[in-house]
Amino acid sequence: MIWNSAADFFAMGGYALYVWGSFVVTAAALAIEIIGLRRRRRAALADLRRERSARQVSKARV
Amino acid sequence: MSNRIVNWFRFSSPQTFYPLAGRLLPWFAGSAAVLGAASLWLGLFVAPTDAQQGEGYRIIFVHVAASWMSMFIYVVMAGWAALGLIFNTRLSSMMASALAPTGTLFAFLSLWTGALWGKPMWGAWWVWDARLTSELILFFLYLGFIALQAAIDDPRRADRAGAVLALVGVVNVPIIYFSVYWWNTLHQGASVSLTKSPSMAHTMLWGMLLMALSFWMYAIAAALMRVRCIMLERERGSAWAGELAEAAQ
Repeated sequence: MIWNSAADFFAMGGYALYVWGSFVVTAAALAIEIIGLRRRRRAALADLRRERSARQVSKARV
Repeated sequence: MSNRIVNWFRFSSPQTFYPLAGRLLPWFAGSAAVLGAASLWLGLFVAPTDAQQGEGYRIIFVHVAASWMSMFIYVVMAGWAALGLIFNTRLSSMMASALAPTGTLFAFLSLWTGALWGKPMWGAWWVWDARLTSELILFFLYLGFIALQAAIDDPRRADRAGAVLALVGVVNVPIIYFSVYWWNTLHQGASVSLTKSPSMAHTMLWGMLLMALSFWMYAIAAALMRVRCIMLERERGSAWAGELAEAAQ
């Protein structure tokens, strides 16, 4: 272990803004992409179900 | 004879590739998480302080990996686009479209972490250096590819137009890579060379390589997730997609 304390770790030798600004934004960007993809999948499946039930209704009417 | 040959075109049908992608997904996502955790441990807790840059150099672990991925994904995307253009296979073009947003993200992260590294080390967030400028062009090429495909209603025409743009843009990738040799840049030379033994501490090198592998696995997982969405959206009229949506309820 190279750090003396947790405060030492978070201070990053005075480069806290730059180092954490890089790591946190990277992690956030990847997380947002995955959340967005999950939403897109749910929306696509819901769309398909809606279309399917609509088709069944119109078939039943004929 | 014919049944001994694996029919690769079978997997170019969305109906067969969709479940295959679903089975592969957890493996790629899992290895991305494990490799990422190992890299963070090495990069933040084990790798020693840099003699010149102090702790500020630790940006390297995300910056180099993100930059590599931004270039690598572009080449893979252009490869899929070319296959789609040549063989007219729907899946190849879908893969190209699925990779574009993830590549854009890595190009953005490369520029973002680069700015955060440039400010304390060079004294500027941005300079019009050959390496930085060509990476910015890569970011715009990704955006152009996405915007062009979004602007064309017919998906098959959008695929072809996007493929041509992606293929023309490939010329930028070697420019980015060799920019530090061709021009007198502020940006430093290559961090890792295949021909020379590494000049940095082994723990630094491993932290960087593991992060690159983790991003690689992440990119595959994200692209598979996205290609599954694209399949559902484009194959909405087909019976298999409808049945799948019913089963997923």
